[in-house]
Amino acid sequence: MRWFWIDRFEEFVRGTRAVAIKNVSLAEERLHDHFPGAALMPNSLVVEGMAQTAGLLVAESISFGRRVVLAKVAAAEFHFDAMPGDTIRFHAEVLDIKPAGSLTKVRSTVGDRDQGEAELFFAHLEPGAGVPLLFTPPELMRWLDHMHIYDVGRDEQGRPLVRPEM
Amino acid sequence: MPSRDEIFDKVKAALVDALGVDEEDVSPSATMVGDLGAESIDFLDIVFRLEKAFGIKINRGELFPEDVLSSADFVTNGKVNAAGIAALKARMPFADLAKFESNPSVQNFANTLTVEDMVRYVAGKLAA
Repeated sequence: MRWFWIDRFEEFVRGTRAVAIKNVSLAEERLHDHFPGAALMPNSLVVEGMAQTAGLLVAESISFGRRVVLAKVAAAEFHFDAMPGDTIRFHAEVLDIKPAGSLTKVRSTVGDRDQGEAELFFAHLEPGAGVPLLFTPPELMRWLDHMHIYDVGRDEQGRPLVRPEM
Repeated sequence: MPSRDEIFDKVKAALVDALGVDEEDVSPSATMVGDLGAESIDFLDIVFRLEKAFGIKINRGELFPEDVLSSADFVTNGKVNAAGIAALKARMPFADLAKFESNPSVQNFANTLTVEDMVRYVAGKLAA
């Protein structure tokens, strides 16, 4: 079972910004105890959704050459809890990308209400002994297809992203 | 060219954001690792914030010389040797390494870099 906290990308501009959605559902067993009778999406998992949106944005811009790992969460603030039936929209923006790491800012919204925001700092790790790849290349492509990155993705010049053969 | 106090205030703000410490903790003599609890990932975060705050470019290893501290050429039995001290001095002219020289164990380096060293580093970059 995979740990996915975003369902689909709606916008994706290489190395710049992306918008992804996560539909909160009562089918997620995790919510049944959080809390009994009043299911609320934990904001720790909203942070995970923010990190997946921004992390994939960064990773794609470096052609998935290094493993992009969430290293620090700064200034995270949440205004209310999302509930089953809500669609959380993550708006990620890259602030800076360097070979060793990247800094991003992500906002989450439900409808037109601001739900939360955080600054996320990623470390870029060279694959090697202690840094296993989470997905084989074909598996990675399958999940990127599920999220429609290459249907909506654009490069910095506005041209459609080309889905790589992996 | 901003004054030393202006530089100190901006460096303090960057450290408060990156390390989650209180403003009162960030005194000039506070050590980055010993007193403020900075880890290696924090140094990268600090580099990002300083670059943004001052409009300067900081190259890898300029602020925290991990490559010297982990090199067999510069470290003997856990202590930085003469060649290593020379390399550190050349790499970090902004830092006061006198205390470190008296006990140059690699473990001890953590207690060397102070907030004042960072302020001097930024001032040097801005003047260049």
